[in-house]
Order: sequence, then structure tokens, then C-alpha cells
Amino acid sequence: MRWIWIDKFTEFTSRASATAVKNVTLAEEQLHDLYPDFPIYPHSLIVEGMAQTAGILVGEASGFAEKVILAKIGRATFHQLVRPGDTLTFSAKIEQFSEQGASASGTVTTDGKVVAEIELMFSHIDQNMAGMEFPEHNFVFTEQFTELLKTYRSQGEITL
Amino acid sequence: MAMSREEIYSRVQGVLVDALGVDEEQVKPNARLRQDLGAESIDFLDIVFRLERAFGIKIPRGEMIPENVMTDPNYVQNGKVTPAGMVELKKRMPYVDLTEFEKDPQVDQLPFTVDAVVNYVQTKVA
Repeated sequence: MRWIWIDKFTEFTSRASATAVKNVTLAEEQLHDLYPDFPIYPHSLIVEGMAQTAGILVGEASGFAEKVILAKIGRATFHQLVRPGDTLTFSAKIEQFSEQGASASGTVTTDGKVVAEIELMFSHIDQNMAGMEFPEHNFVFTEQFTELLKTYRSQGEITL
Repeated sequence: MAMSREEIYSRVQGVLVDALGVDEEQVKPNARLRQDLGAESIDFLDIVFRLERAFGIKIPRGEMIPENVMTDPNYVQNGKVTPAGMVELKKRMPYVDLTEFEKDPQVDQLPFTVDAVVNYVQTKVA
């Protein structure tokens, strides 16, 4: 399974905001694990979708030079359940950005209704874990994440 | 007009309640952020961001918490702050009361208290 919980970007303003969507389908295994015969999309994956939307936004702000990790969920408030067939829209905004990390806020909606409000903190780990050694290559922003942004920037056109 | 200490204290209290998920009653003037309120390293960046927003100030890296002092082997040895480290801490953190700490300067016991944050903010909004 690929650990990617957004399908595409629909808006991306460098250093400011990003919007991504995800279509929730009945074919996804994780919908069936919480309640028998009542498939819902897990809240934890809603947070992960926001972390990926905002995380790529934060990563792009430094040209993907920093290793950006989700360090803290400041707040996550959920207003309604997400069911198969729903399209989730993740709207993320960078609140503050520094050498050491960033804070972001976001809203998740489906059909114009607010599903969740989430506040996240990201750390640039090489700047924060003094003395700890991490691999030199950027293991956070693997191809599967950067491809999302490339697809958005090429307006979905496939170049062969 | 400069903000009163009470106003600063009240806003700092709000910042710490939000950042650390603690109750307002726990945020007492002598409560230490790390040891008493459970702040971890990422919380300090969160607190810096929230203070900047709450007071409209800019806090440069290493100004409120000079992390490079605490990781410098000249200033900290065997978990204790050296005499040179004490001189540096007093210079860099004049808003922290180090009187008691100096008697047994275990680095993990640095008294970075709520009062210290208020003192620091006071220097920024004056």
C-alpha cells in the first residue's frame, strides 16, 4: 500500500496555501475496520491527509531542502463523519514559518460542509535535533509526494 | 502605552494553556515549562510562534532559549553547567532567576519558568 492520502492538488500558492482533494471509495480496506457494516473514513487519516497537504506546502517553501516532519497536532476538531463516495477537500495555510519549522492550519470539507478543523506543527528536523544524525538524502519527500506537485504544475498533462 | 505585567502574564498564560494543553491553574509564576508543565522540545517552537502572534513580536532563533549554550561542551559537562556556562547563561538569559540553580546546576533542572517567559516578553514589548 502506498502511504499517500491525497489524490491531487487543485491549488498551490508557494509559501502560503494549498488545496488538495481525496476521493473516498468503498474499495479502501481501512473504511471497514472501525464499525462492522458501517464504513467510515478514519479521523486519523483525515489528519494525515491534512499533514500531507500542509507538509508538502511547507517542504516546497524551502525547495524541499529541509526534512519536514509532523511534530505536533495542536488541535483537531471533527464535525461530521466521512462516508464512501465523499470527496474531501483539504485547504491548508502556512501560519508561521521559520528556520526551525512551521505552523499550519487547515479545514477539511465535503460538499461545502466542514468535516474537520486542524492545526499542525512541522519541524525541520535537521535544525532541531542537535547532535542527532539523519541520512543526508531527503527521506521525507519521496517521489510519490513530489510527483503530486509536478502533476499539478503540469495541469495533469502527462509528459512521456 | 506599554502593556502592564498583568496583561502580559495573562496572555502568556493563554499561550501556554493552548500550546501545552495544561489547565490555567497549573500555569503558576514559578512553574517550570519543561519539568512542571511537560514541555518537550517541539513545544518550545510552538510557544515561540504563539508568543509572536499574541504579542506581535519577532523572536529570533536562540534568543529566548539559547539552545546552543546547552549543547556546547564548553558550557555543559557531565550534565552540569560549567562556570563558563553559568557566565554565558547569565548573559544570554538575564530574565531567568538562576540564584538557586547556580548551587547545583544540573542542566535538566534549568528553571525556565512562566515568570521567565513573562520577563522575556516584557523586554520585547517595552
